[in-house]
Amino acid sequence: MSDATAGAAPGHKKASAAKAAEKPGPMVDAEGRPLKESLNRSLRLQKMRALMLIAPLLIFVLLTFIAPIADMLFRSVQNGIVSETLPRTTHRLADWDATTGDLPDEAVYEGLYYDLFIAAERKLHTRLGSRLNYEMTGMSSLFRQSGRSLDDIGDVYFDQFKDLDPNWDEAMPWAELLGDPEWIAEMQAWDEDSGETMPTFELADGISDLLPLTAETYSAFADYVQSEDGDSPLQEEPWVLVHTALYQDLMAKDVSGYNGPQAAMLKAADAAVGGFESVTFKDGMEGVDGDWLDHPTWETIQMYSPEFTNGYFLNAVDMQKTPDGPAMRDDDQRIYGLLFKRTMFMSLMITGSCILLGYPIAWLLSNVRVRTANLLLILVLLPFWTSLLVRTSAWKVMLQQQGVINDVLVWLGLIADDSRLVMINNQFGTIVAMTHILLPFMILPLYSVMQTIPPTYLRAAKSLGATNWTAFWRVYFPQSVPGIGAGSILVFILSIGYYITPEIVGGTTGTFISNRIAYHISSSLNWGLAAALGTILLALVLGLYYAYDKIVGIDNVKLG
Amino acid sequence: MTDMAKQDAFVAFERVQKSYDGETLVVKDLNLSMPKGEFLTMLGPSGSGKTTCLMMLAGFETATHGAIKLDGVSINDISPHKRGIGMVFQNYALFPHMTVAENLSFPLEVRKMGKSDREAKIKRALDMVQMGNFAGRRPTQLSGGQQQRIALARALVFEPELVLMDEPLGALDKQLRETLQFEITRLAHDLGITVVYVTHDQTEALTMSDRVAVFDDGRIQQLAPPDELYEKPQNSFVAQFIGENNALDGTVQEVRGNRCTVRLESGDVIDALPVNVSKPGDKTRVSIRPERVEFNPELGPDAHTLEAEVLEFVYMGDVFRTRLRVAGRDDFVVKTRNRADQVRLRPGEKVKIGWLPEDCRALDAT
Ligand SMILES: Nc1ncnc2c1ncn2[C@@H]1O[C@H](COP(=O)(O)OP(=O)(O)O)[C@@H](O)[C@H]1O
Ligand SMILES: [Mg+2]
Repeated sequence: MSDATAGAAPGHKKASAAKAAEKPGPMVDAEGRPLKESLNRSLRLQKMRALMLIAPLLIFVLLTFIAPIADMLFRSVQNGIVSETLPRTTHRLADWDATTGDLPDEAVYEGLYYDLFIAAERKLHTRLGSRLNYEMTGMSSLFRQSGRSLDDIGDVYFDQFKDLDPNWDEAMPWAELLGDPEWIAEMQAWDEDSGETMPTFELADGISDLLPLTAETYSAFADYVQSEDGDSPLQEEPWVLVHTALYQDLMAKDVSGYNGPQAAMLKAADAAVGGFESVTFKDGMEGVDGDWLDHPTWETIQMYSPEFTNGYFLNAVDMQKTPDGPAMRDDDQRIYGLLFKRTMFMSLMITGSCILLGYPIAWLLSNVRVRTANLLLILVLLPFWTSLLVRTSAWKVMLQQQGVINDVLVWLGLIADDSRLVMINNQFGTIVAMTHILLPFMILPLYSVMQTIPPTYLRAAKSLGATNWTAFWRVYFPQSVPGIGAGSILVFILSIGYYITPEIVGGTTGTFISNRIAYHISSSLNWGLAAALGTILLALVLGLYYAYDKIVGIDNVKLG
Repeated sequence: MTDMAKQDAFVAFERVQKSYDGETLVVKDLNLSMPKGEFLTMLGPSGSGKTTCLMMLAGFETATHGAIKLDGVSINDISPHKRGIGMVFQNYALFPHMTVAENLSFPLEVRKMGKSDREAKIKRALDMVQMGNFAGRRPTQLSGGQQQRIALARALVFEPELVLMDEPLGALDKQLRETLQFEITRLAHDLGITVVYVTHDQTEALTMSDRVAVFDDGRIQQLAPPDELYEKPQNSFVAQFIGENNALDGTVQEVRGNRCTVRLESGDVIDALPVNVSKPGDKTRVSIRPERVEFNPELGPDAHTLEAEVLEFVYMGDVFRTRLRVAGRDDFVVKTRNRADQVRLRPGEKVKIGWLPEDCRALDAT
């Protein structure tokens, strides 16, 4: 062994050993501070400086990459819309046991009526209908239809109140009954053209105790009138919902002690309500739409009441929620599993084709003179200079049944004119077009890795007696594997999320999961499901990446 | 080269030429033959065509013209892997994805050798280069010197008769280089293999080789054993390239048998041995080794001496190195042994210098 320093080493070692013996305990620096501490301090400064340098990029990445992904993850489980739109209903429905087969009780229908009425006025009910329609078809029309004829229930009470005293159909008496007198004064003094904001509605003292439902619904009404329409509650007759609420309050409460504004009108009504014709909410809702007496309608609403749901994810893997827990969908409704499998399969095919086509080219590139290599490299990159759309469309021209390739084959007599090959709008078309488009992403990392493999290795192998074949497979190829790895990861991940090309040349059998995601984002507007599909895709990619790391080792990926 | 020697030759280059671009010849008319068991070094400046020659021998480059013969058979058309020539590369070329043992096993596996045979041979080869404990390591876990030992072991493990080495020690530090030089020569000698060794380090060439071929400009300038190369350079290039040399330019004045006189550009006249000159009037460059120059010589009545002025005196331990101004040149160096009676000259002193005529070779004027 060559031990150039052997002569000097022992003496040196002895000296430092003696020093260590003199001073036990931690090492200290020139000023007596522990060495570790001062080292850390100097490192921290370096770290801070490094952090400052990458800060702009970090912020950019956070804003444009991490945040949208976090939002997507969140969206895929978020389900606040049901409980926000139907707060009373979902609250009361919580205790309902769907498995007994009974419909929910009157209280739930009451809540539904109130919730739906307010939602309909605010035009929120159709959104909820669309949301629930993802889970059960017919929900959308149920909600739209109900929003239209919901007034029927309230009209029963409204008419009777109006017959009793026409003032019940006037804006001002209602405002005086329920509003804070000071607010009314401010409201009257307010000038619409002054540009000042309208004084916010306030309930009169004690009215919430006396007429809780009425106060609540009138507040909702006043709030709506003020904020949505920009009108004054003093001039708007309340919704018939408020009349319904008043009827319920008067039936339940004793108002004889009340002596505030409009006490006479209220007391007269109190005396009369006992004789009012009434309707249960359940019957009322049945009148609005018979589907409200359908058990599955309520099952669905109850299942999607919680603020967070796994429904989108179940949907994304062809499952659905049932009262008995998650279950597979019917065979004819399963599409995402197939799509995921197809996406994986086709991405693998594309990656494989890219390796087969790209490897020889990269080899050639790295074995010709630099000038030739640069020229060839430009040819490899040429496709990047044309629009993706143009390239994909060109493939359409090439591959279609009346296209260039078929024409040539027919002309050559290899196929008959009436049996032209179907090469587009199927998996074949997608694989061909995408292999072409993603090929540079395979060639470039391969090339940059191959460039670093000196030709002497092959020479060495041959001088040791290996044939060209053995030398390649046992010496060159293993060293180019990092390039294959890098290229494959790039191509695979790019293709797994590719959208435009399969959309154009994929037809129905050659589309990817991303096409479905795009559909849910732009057409069906089911963003939650799109987010869940996207999340699964992300998890799949990360899973494969992890598997790759375990099997091949991520250190084995070289981009240059 | 006699016909006899040519027939005996184990390796022979016959009128070999090589051009990469079709415009310039990188190797020009190379003739060389070496017997079995010889350690031959190709020495020359960078770009002189040494590697090209080696690559042609190994089969990685084809000769543009001429024949290369191995054991009397032309190998021009035999592909590299069938030549059975061991090779050590400058950057070692150990396969980075294999362990040391796998690297050594490679040439044996491609020869379809059985497992137990392989293991025995690998062990022997590793022991040979004293790397027995490193079989499981990867090349990147070894130092440069260790890698070189493994490369050597790998080139020897399949027992080739001819081993080529292209500047194998070029990347190592001096001390390590010297150790390995010694080991390589010892191994070559012990195993009886024929070695073609390429280097641009003349010390390496002189210490290791049976014969040295000095390359320049695609030609062998001189092919001779080390002592002859040093003491009897055939031309100015070799004289200048090998060892330290004092060169003086002049014109031949008179040639008498194996003596001649040369008039230097300064007008001084000196005695020399005619090597590349034949008649008076020939331009020449004379070459004198620094250690063959004497101060205040007692050479006989008709010998010429030169006036010199001491410019610098360097004490180097075993020798003194004195730089002089001689015949108008400032780079004339004289080396004297550190003896008790040796004078130590001081800068500014004037001395007479002279030499035996046979130590002063009148070579070609380049
Ligand atoms: N593969 C090649 N292609 C073109 N020219 C080359 C090649 N290899 C070497 N040369 C040229 O041939 C000459 C001799 O090179 P080489 O044999 O490597 O010299 P050496 O090994 O003595 O330094 C140099 O001028 C070099 O530029
Ligand atoms: Mg070289």
